Amino acid sequence: MTQSADALPEQDAPLPRFPMRRTCPFSEPREYAGMRANEPVSRAALKVNGKPAWLVTRHEDVRQVLGDSRVSSNLKLPGYPHQFHIPEEMLAQVRLMMLNMDPPEHTAQRRMLIPEFTARRVKELRPRIQQIVDEHVDAMLAKGGPVDLVTALALPVPSLVICELLGVPYEDHAQFEEWSAAMMNHDLSPAEYGAAVQALDTYLDKLVTLKENEPGDDLISRFLEKNRTEQVADHVDVVTMARLMLVGGHETTANMIALGVLALLQHPEQMAALRDDPALLPNAIEELLRVFSISDSGTARVAVADIEVGGVTIRAGEGILALNNAANHDESVFPDPGTLDIRRKEARSHLAFGYGIHQCIGANLARVELETVYGTLLRRVPGLRLAAEPEELRFKDDAMVYGVYELPVTW
Amino acid sequence: MRVTADRDRCVGSGQCAMLSPEVFDQDDDGLVLVLREVPAADLAEEVHQAADLCPAQSIRVDD
Ligand code: HEM
Repeated sequence: MTQSADALPEQDAPLPRFPMRRTCPFSEPREYAGMRANEPVSRAALKVNGKPAWLVTRHEDVRQVLGDSRVSSNLKLPGYPHQFHIPEEMLAQVRLMMLNMDPPEHTAQRRMLIPEFTARRVKELRPRIQQIVDEHVDAMLAKGGPVDLVTALALPVPSLVICELLGVPYEDHAQFEEWSAAMMNHDLSPAEYGAAVQALDTYLDKLVTLKENEPGDDLISRFLEKNRTEQVADHVDVVTMARLMLVGGHETTANMIALGVLALLQHPEQMAALRDDPALLPNAIEELLRVFSISDSGTARVAVADIEVGGVTIRAGEGILALNNAANHDESVFPDPGTLDIRRKEARSHLAFGYGIHQCIGANLARVELETVYGTLLRRVPGLRLAAEPEELRFKDDAMVYGVYELPVTW
Repeated sequence: MRVTADRDRCVGSGQCAMLSPEVFDQDDDGLVLVLREVPAADLAEEVHQAADLCPAQSIRVDD
């Protein structure tokens, strides 16, 4: 006897899996547009562990989630949508970074750090950043093309900027850069990678101890000084904070430098317009941040109460990925979202730095770094061009932070 | 147009000070300061943009 199809027990369609690949480096994963149109708040299964999480895709809804005090960033809470594997026993032990804290702990630590990143402070760093960029462009020009722009410029510039901000002594810069580059080298074995992370952590631990005894004119020393009067952090918290500044500010900015240069090279008429009128640069940077939204799922949360988002009820304890790449391609905010337009007037409304209390504290610094690098290349290397076929480039398709592994260029 | 800012909510992103420096600044703690509570009408667009982009929604503009 055969059973008729409608007598079979109803079976849920398997959940789509997350993350979804970007098929074209200049656009969002293909699935996002359909999700925004048909099911803007929908469920997916995380590739890393098969657990379900909510995907939020519209600009308005992503802002709502990230601005809601009933969501938590605490990765130790059950239901938090992890994107890489952390063994349970390790998770129990990790010290929370500010990125994963909730108020009031988050507020206390963030307030200690805000003065380091004000519009004014970042402006003061500009001349030194220009110097760092010029030195690296000098070296590039002296060596002659082709060079890999990632190793020649994109990685070392943010690494040195953070080094100086944190107060890493000059003689340790080379070592520091080596470790931080290793942490981003996805060709390393897990053992080699682990060794680099360990070495860097040991170094940061020693660095913080050094600043405790011999304060200097740097972010860590000022943090420690304030912490003496209004204690919010112990030694391990300060080491963890230093590591967050490094990992939060390094690979992100490096990837944006390389991707942005690639995008401009692929849009020569917009690149020419920028060269003719550098005043367009700030808006162009917002547009590049929007188009690439390299930290798409960096805005992960877990609900701590039932919340209503886009007509859907998300229950307490359920994981949420407020996808900023999806929000940044929402056609109701960014008409023709797939097109790079450096003059786009609403570019600044992008959520590539997040939104709400955790919005990237380094955003203004990153903007100045990008402006300095792009501006300097436009001015000093007018003949810049790709030294590989675009199809040969390898992109960080499965990484948490999107980017390109190498960018061979010549001039 | 009247501008107020809630310093308790402020997260110090500095977006307002960059977008509309005549109206907003950051104090030594990096928190928002309203320099002109009643800005000139020609600043309306940037003031509204600053309010919209504030990640902590701590700026209020009453027209
Ligand atoms: C283009 C470059 C960058 C991008 C795309 C980026 C992206 C982001 C995003 C999306 C968040 C929000 C995460 C969340 O909501 O959970 C964030 C937070 C953060 N970023 Fe960045 N970032 C960049 C550069 C930097 C730089 C240069 C630094 C430091 C010098 C930095 C340090 C941080 C820190 C400390 C946080 C946590 C803030 C908090 O929890 O209050 N980032 N970033």
